[in-house]
Amino acid sequence: MTLKRGSVAVVGAAESDLGQVAPHTSPVDLMAQATLRALEDCGLKLSDIDGVFSAATQVRTAPMTLAEYLRIKPRYFDGTAIGGSSFMSHVAHAQAAIEHGLCEVALVAYGSTQRSVSRAAASPREFNPYETPYRPFMPSSAYAMAAARHMHQYGTKREQLAEVAVAARKWALLNPKAWEKEPLTIEQVLKSRMVSYPFTVRDCCLVVDGGGAIILTSAARAKSLRKKPAYVLGVGEALSHANISSMPDLTVSAASESGPKAFGMAKLKPADVDMLSLYDAFTITPILFLEDLGFCRKGEGGRFVANGAIAPGGKLPVNTSGGGLSYCHPGMYGLLVMIEAVRQVRGECDKRQVKNCEVALAHGNGGVLSSQCTVIFGGPSTV
Amino acid sequence: MPDLMKQSPYGTFLEHCKKGELAYQVSTDDGKAVFYPRVVAPGSGSTHLEWRVSKGLGTVYSTTVVYYKDEKPLNVALIDLDEGFRMMSRVEDIDSLEVKIGMRVKVRIHPGDEKQPPYPVFTPAGRGA
Repeated sequence: MTLKRGSVAVVGAAESDLGQVAPHTSPVDLMAQATLRALEDCGLKLSDIDGVFSAATQVRTAPMTLAEYLRIKPRYFDGTAIGGSSFMSHVAHAQAAIEHGLCEVALVAYGSTQRSVSRAAASPREFNPYETPYRPFMPSSAYAMAAARHMHQYGTKREQLAEVAVAARKWALLNPKAWEKEPLTIEQVLKSRMVSYPFTVRDCCLVVDGGGAIILTSAARAKSLRKKPAYVLGVGEALSHANISSMPDLTVSAASESGPKAFGMAKLKPADVDMLSLYDAFTITPILFLEDLGFCRKGEGGRFVANGAIAPGGKLPVNTSGGGLSYCHPGMYGLLVMIEAVRQVRGECDKRQVKNCEVALAHGNGGVLSSQCTVIFGGPSTV
Repeated sequence: MPDLMKQSPYGTFLEHCKKGELAYQVSTDDGKAVFYPRVVAPGSGSTHLEWRVSKGLGTVYSTTVVYYKDEKPLNVALIDLDEGFRMMSRVEDIDSLEVKIGMRVKVRIHPGDEKQPPYPVFTPAGRGA
């Protein structure tokens, strides 16, 4: 059984309030706010939702807690929790559920107050007797070791990592909702406070509050709704490990599996993609994903992003929102990764809009490069 | 298969640490090293796992230096042991930033403290190791 290209579409998409929210705001307050905005976006009502998909580090039973809050009784629900890529996984599972008639209107929602309550409180690390005694600063140290290995094997430079942060900042300056408002240079990235070598604080994603929601329904129903549908052309999910000491090769992520699955289902190739929304938890991740998803050869990612190649005006638009590095990173950022891709396909991105954007790829990463999930969205011309 | 009512995989690992040893498992069906210790061989599902004591020599696979506030920079590394398994650890007796990928290292059991039981760390192995 395989999923059908374009059988479902994202019809509503919205962020909650982002940044630093009022004291005592709950993660579910943010989910509910985003849900209402996403419903407003597509013109559906709360009572239309019959599928609920959610995961959140602060809400262990996210679909259940969200259903209680909204007082809806979903016919179908899924709380797959594999870190920041959970929501790409939810889209794949929602597509399966909608195709099989298990639900018709699926809500995928997320919320976090990690800036308000602290990262330690929002996302406590699991104890691992084989890792915890060494006090890695997680997740940063895991990604730092992936970067160090990439530098060692392929000659990738810290300046090339910094290019990713600088490109994200340039895009963020075109996005009124972005957290960061000031320009950033490569030198500033390199000279910022060191966190876990080779990463300075500017190689690491933001720690802010926020959330989001997207609404999916069948392609048939999508046509009658308010906005241009963003069809789900392809999905791919892959797990490779949970702990960084069990990752087989720190320079190759399982995006090398999820990407081909998504492209295969979409019957597309990397050259067909107009923009990329890649989970940039750290500056090394877009470099790895560009390689693993087939946009450049393995080891070439650092050179690929150099000279503003993924910045505004570059050869390939990546993370036009400003990404987790400069726009918003509320803990598990995958849902916001997809929202930007949907908006690009709809043509709603104003100053940062990619011209004639018909195909957008959203790639989610979870854990410590552990879970990789890819969703390819297409506009009406693609189906 | 070990009786989990009597002993856990980590419990056995820890007993070895207390004796100054780095222990790992070998799946006797295919001869492959298994780490971290388990009750089932990953992949095959075999319960034919034997404990071995590592010679303790390995190579740094990757490394980072963590900068905690008001602390000396702390090394964290992934070590590939010669017997064919990888583990997280740190390299001591050397400046954290001088720990390099490819460096040969040798195990030493850190005594731990009241909160932390003994655990393996590494030191530079020197020439010829």
